[in-house]
Amino acid sequence: MTSPGDSGARETWPLWEVFIRSSRGLSHVHAGSLHAPDETMAVRNARDLYTRRSEGVSIWVVPASAITTSDPDAKGEFFESPQGKEYRHATYYTKSDGVPHL
Amino acid sequence: MSHSKHVVSTAITAETIAESHLVAPEAVALYALGLGDDALILAQRLGEWIAHAPELEEDVALGNIGLDQLGHARSFLTYAGTAWNKSEDDLAYFRTESEFRNRHIFEQPNGDFAVTIARQFFVSLYFDRLYRALKESTDPTLAAIAAKATKEVDYHLDHSVQWLLRLGLGTTVSHEKMQRAVDAIWPFVGELFSPEAALRDLDDGVGVRPELLRESFEEDARRRILDAGLKVPTAPFARGGGRDGIHTEVFGHLLAEMQVLARAHPGATW
Repeated sequence: MTSPGDSGARETWPLWEVFIRSSRGLSHVHAGSLHAPDETMAVRNARDLYTRRSEGVSIWVVPASAITTSDPDAKGEFFESPQGKEYRHATYYTKSDGVPHL
Repeated sequence: MSHSKHVVSTAITAETIAESHLVAPEAVALYALGLGDDALILAQRLGEWIAHAPELEEDVALGNIGLDQLGHARSFLTYAGTAWNKSEDDLAYFRTESEFRNRHIFEQPNGDFAVTIARQFFVSLYFDRLYRALKESTDPTLAAIAAKATKEVDYHLDHSVQWLLRLGLGTTVSHEKMQRAVDAIWPFVGELFSPEAALRDLDDGVGVRPELLRESFEEDARRRILDAGLKVPTAPFARGGGRDGIHTEVFGHLLAEMQVLARAHPGATW
């Protein structure tokens, strides 16, 4: 599997992942990715590409190569195991009589 | 904000000016026409980069800067047009070459990326000084246009300074190209500070005398050129004449491209 920041043989700018916080109190959310020669320009490019319509008050950029991802081919063992384990959800349990505010 | 002399809307647009039924005094209109033409012609040049920038991200960055400039142009031209009952489109699309008042630096061809950055660096620094001063204009419309433009121009200046540094301090090739670009644009810098004839008939405080911006501009320009490891050019300034309707050879082509559609299909919208 190629790593996310790998652009192959062509000499090109590295890839950056962009996270935008839309307002105070919310968390940064992944908005997309872009190319930039360095981190300073990556923040500026992110501003141009992802906050044109007042989408954000804060920008994070992360080199895509610094992100370790789960393996898309391992979907089964990674993400399907919780199926059938409804007891992991609060709604699985019946409310006991006499417990207020639940 | 409550302490400021007059509260100016930071969201002024060409539309709000057109709907306000203001009529600019003749001399104010001539002054606004010059500023509007500077911004319009720069926007047209920056638009030429669309789909041609070195990277997709720069395409968007230069496009954004161009659109900001177009926004300034629309406001200035709409305001200027109120004096002669002309719309921004009348002024942009139906004047001839000698009726345009833009200074020559704005019509200079894009050249390579370094030339565009050099041009953008000098004009953004000039706009920064100009609009900061014009924000205090006694003419509320000029003040409001400048107040909105200041924030945008801050970003344009930052963008070009970032590139000036990276190209100037980059590889041998990028350094040479950046120096060549700064040298190529430099002769057109002087004209930015030649007196505005339109201001002769106006009270002090309506417009900004460009002569007064020169010292602060030059100091900052020199420092940033040196910071980028480049030499400050020493070539003499070109003669100018843009405000009198005299233009360089390249201007006719720019105008033809900018105006062809509106002239072939007057009143067309899309």
